[in-house]
Amino acid sequence: MPIPTRLAPLPPEAFGLAEARHLLIRAGFGPSPADVHAAVRDGLEMTVDGLVGYPGTADPEPAEPNVDPDILRPYTYEEQQQLRTARQRNDQAALDRLREERLGRERQDRRQFARMQHWWIERMARTTRPLEESLVLLWHSHFATRYRDVEDAYMMWQQQRLFREHAQGSFTEMAVRIVRDPAMLRFLNNDRNVKSNPNENLARELMELFTLGEGNYTERDIYHAARALTGYTLEDHSFRFREDVHDDENDKRILGRTGPFNGDYLVRWLVKQPACAEFIAFKLYRHFVADLSDNRAQWADWQTATVRSLSRELRRNEFEIGPTLRTLFTSTHFYDAAVRGNKIKPPAQLVAGTVSSMRLPWRSGRLATEAMRRMGQELFNPPTVAGWDVGRPWVNTSTMFARQNAAAYLISGKGPGERWDRSDIGHDPSELLEDLDSTQAYRVVDYFVDVYLGPHTPEARRAPLKRFMGDRKNPTSPDVLVGLMLLIAAMPEYQLC
Amino acid sequence: MCTDYHPLSVNDPQGHQPARAGAWTRRGFLQTGLSMMATASTVPAFLSNTGEALAQSAPRGAVNTPGVPDERVLVVVQLSGGNDGLNTVAPVGSRAYYNARRSIAIAEGQALMVDSRGIGLHPQLGEVHELIADRRGAVVQGVGYPNPNRSHFASMDIWHTADPSGGRGAGWIGKAFDAQSQAGDSGSMGCISIGNEAPLAAHGESFKPVAFESADLFRWTAEDIHPAVAETYRELQQAEVASAEPVALPGGGTLPMGPEAATDATAFVQRTAMDAQVASMKVRRAVSAEPRTRFPGHGLARQLRSVAAMIHAELPTRVYYVSMGGFDTHANQQGRHFQLMRQFSESVGAFQAELEATGHADRVVTVAFSEFGRRVAQNASGGTDHGAAGPVFVFGPQMPQRLVGAHPSLTDLDRGDLKYKIDFRQVYAELLDNWLELDSMAALGQRYRHPGIFSA
Repeated sequence: MPIPTRLAPLPPEAFGLAEARHLLIRAGFGPSPADVHAAVRDGLEMTVDGLVGYPGTADPEPAEPNVDPDILRPYTYEEQQQLRTARQRNDQAALDRLREERLGRERQDRRQFARMQHWWIERMARTTRPLEESLVLLWHSHFATRYRDVEDAYMMWQQQRLFREHAQGSFTEMAVRIVRDPAMLRFLNNDRNVKSNPNENLARELMELFTLGEGNYTERDIYHAARALTGYTLEDHSFRFREDVHDDENDKRILGRTGPFNGDYLVRWLVKQPACAEFIAFKLYRHFVADLSDNRAQWADWQTATVRSLSRELRRNEFEIGPTLRTLFTSTHFYDAAVRGNKIKPPAQLVAGTVSSMRLPWRSGRLATEAMRRMGQELFNPPTVAGWDVGRPWVNTSTMFARQNAAAYLISGKGPGERWDRSDIGHDPSELLEDLDSTQAYRVVDYFVDVYLGPHTPEARRAPLKRFMGDRKNPTSPDVLVGLMLLIAAMPEYQLC
Repeated sequence: MCTDYHPLSVNDPQGHQPARAGAWTRRGFLQTGLSMMATASTVPAFLSNTGEALAQSAPRGAVNTPGVPDERVLVVVQLSGGNDGLNTVAPVGSRAYYNARRSIAIAEGQALMVDSRGIGLHPQLGEVHELIADRRGAVVQGVGYPNPNRSHFASMDIWHTADPSGGRGAGWIGKAFDAQSQAGDSGSMGCISIGNEAPLAAHGESFKPVAFESADLFRWTAEDIHPAVAETYRELQQAEVASAEPVALPGGGTLPMGPEAATDATAFVQRTAMDAQVASMKVRRAVSAEPRTRFPGHGLARQLRSVAAMIHAELPTRVYYVSMGGFDTHANQQGRHFQLMRQFSESVGAFQAELEATGHADRVVTVAFSEFGRRVAQNASGGTDHGAAGPVFVFGPQMPQRLVGAHPSLTDLDRGDLKYKIDFRQVYAELLDNWLELDSMAALGQRYRHPGIFSA
């Protein structure tokens, strides 16, 4: 049977355990057995409404952190005076003291930044709105900005707020806001983009990575777009439009239109291009459906056709993300066997999903962040402006152990190289069995495997787990269940979703 | 001003051909053999024996006949934090040096002199000095790049990516391997790094290094929890991989899962898990061997001890990457730098002694670099701030020159910093072309004139 590509709706009766698990693991990080069984009872419509309609649910834990904007504030008038005097008098001791003070603030900022990283991964793990966190992660990797270059935690936090505000709203408004975002302006050097000497960095990435994709514009378009963005700069932590260095000539010619483009007008014009809908549809498809290559020539025909259907849906919804995802998540295509279980979990999903699906206690944001760095994903520090790679590059000989050990730490409390005893476990996995009406070892294995690895897992892969359980005296004791969960989370298939 | 690097178009004395096929032959066989085994459906039964099979198929001695180096190995030592190059390789013959560093300069009588031109090593670099005197080591002087960046992160990224314009893209070692490795070869052990994350330098577009903090943690550590868990774990890592062929889909096409060839994701993760088991077994077995010589107990020495053991065990690894931190000496640096120099020297000395004792010294070159040197003038806190060019150490079997290039001038400065004499990419180019016999063009994007580390 051919794979459907038109995003036709799935008949409600076709939404069973496999479909419910697939939806929850793709639209979030990792559902627990209770989540999956509840979704089956609620049915497709209600479950999708609950996911996409997350702004209507109560604020999740942990609450947003207080990020102090004043750590890296500019020098006060008094400090500037002191600095000037010290320089004039060549007062080395005073200069050193001022420098030491500044270095101290930078250290403080790095600590504040680390707390933000710890907060976010905990939020992904514990949130009641998994789709929100998944979308914010998608937009963070799409409009990728690095703290390592920006070197200001509060700016990164402002950008994060921007993604949260627009995550399932209008892509157009989010893109308009991003060219006024201080972290982005600093990251892509637009503070140096002035009429007398246009800097093309932001203009280029705006077209190549944020809206159109490579090959859908010319170098001349970039040059004129850079002119449109002149004067878009920042002052302290705020956007500032500097009219004196903005090029307001009306001869800017961009993608077939000539006019007095400024940044806002430019972004709205870019989003209107057919290539933009295709590009954003590709990003949504890659995040939620399949690990597509950047190279379209490698896509299967049915993938190309579905991305096109999704781009039409995106335009029909005027670039509103929520309704577009609603169509995707209720489509037959989304639940096709070729799609299910065939995507590699990004490190954030591996960590957050293990905690949420197994209802584990939150252990340590610091250790979770360290583990993610070993797996190749440090939040707020994507490797480049192109964001994180997807799919196979996540998994290799080294990261396989990093991933298995991270899951083992989250489940057991045992960090690599640490001494451990069972009091470190800190949770009772038998609570996960609430939807199971049996205590037979093989039933427990199937119940867990169906949720954690998927109902498609062949019997040959379940058999070693069943032997392990069958050999235990008391298979549903917490200790044995922890052993079972450790083994499941170490299976190669656990890397997939 | 004359720029110090020249893209080579003609007149290249080294002849820069792509790596000889022979350079990879035996290890190439081991690699290919291993991945063929890993993709065959019969693997599980044999997996536990793979290590033995490999050990038997590659008898030692056949390759390490004295005087006949086989596979060449490069060891990269990263000195993180910005090593004070001027107090490491000190221009003790220069008045300007003593003027700029009134309280922290290396006294002329204490420096370990390298030549008669007034260049001496830090007094704690005894082992390094001896290696250089024996022509088993050299200092490449004044290595840097244009428009130096004084941020640790940014400058380290620049060194790792060989991209002074922004430190973007894949790493130089990784890119050199990209040209060699097959797409999707997730089990490659071409580069091993010790540290909790693999360095950017070793990440190619497709090539990925093996990284671990210590060999004992290069495994699933939850197996310590219970023997029954450990036993079932091993069984589960040896999945029957039905097929690594592209999986045809109903409706046409295959399943593309990333930049590599289209194959099924389940087969991919199962194969990678098996590769990881094999790599772990080989590494841990190698590192468990006792060294022939004595190693000090501090960090760099421990890492190099593991590297020496892995070299001796003939892992299919051509580049090892280790690092040592603490070089960011802004205040009261003398005591701290003294210790750092001693640890560095003792570690390198012990490593070279072990390589000699095990008969591998002829096939190993070690290179040590830092992301930048420090300012010429000391600061008011008895320390030094972030600077620019610095020395690079190279240790290997036959070094024709003790000092490569001239020491940068201490009077002709760029805003208080040394002007570099040799572009770091020139050093990379020579290591790749002349030592590893990998294509420097693939790694660096263009040809660079060799500074003459291996040939005067």
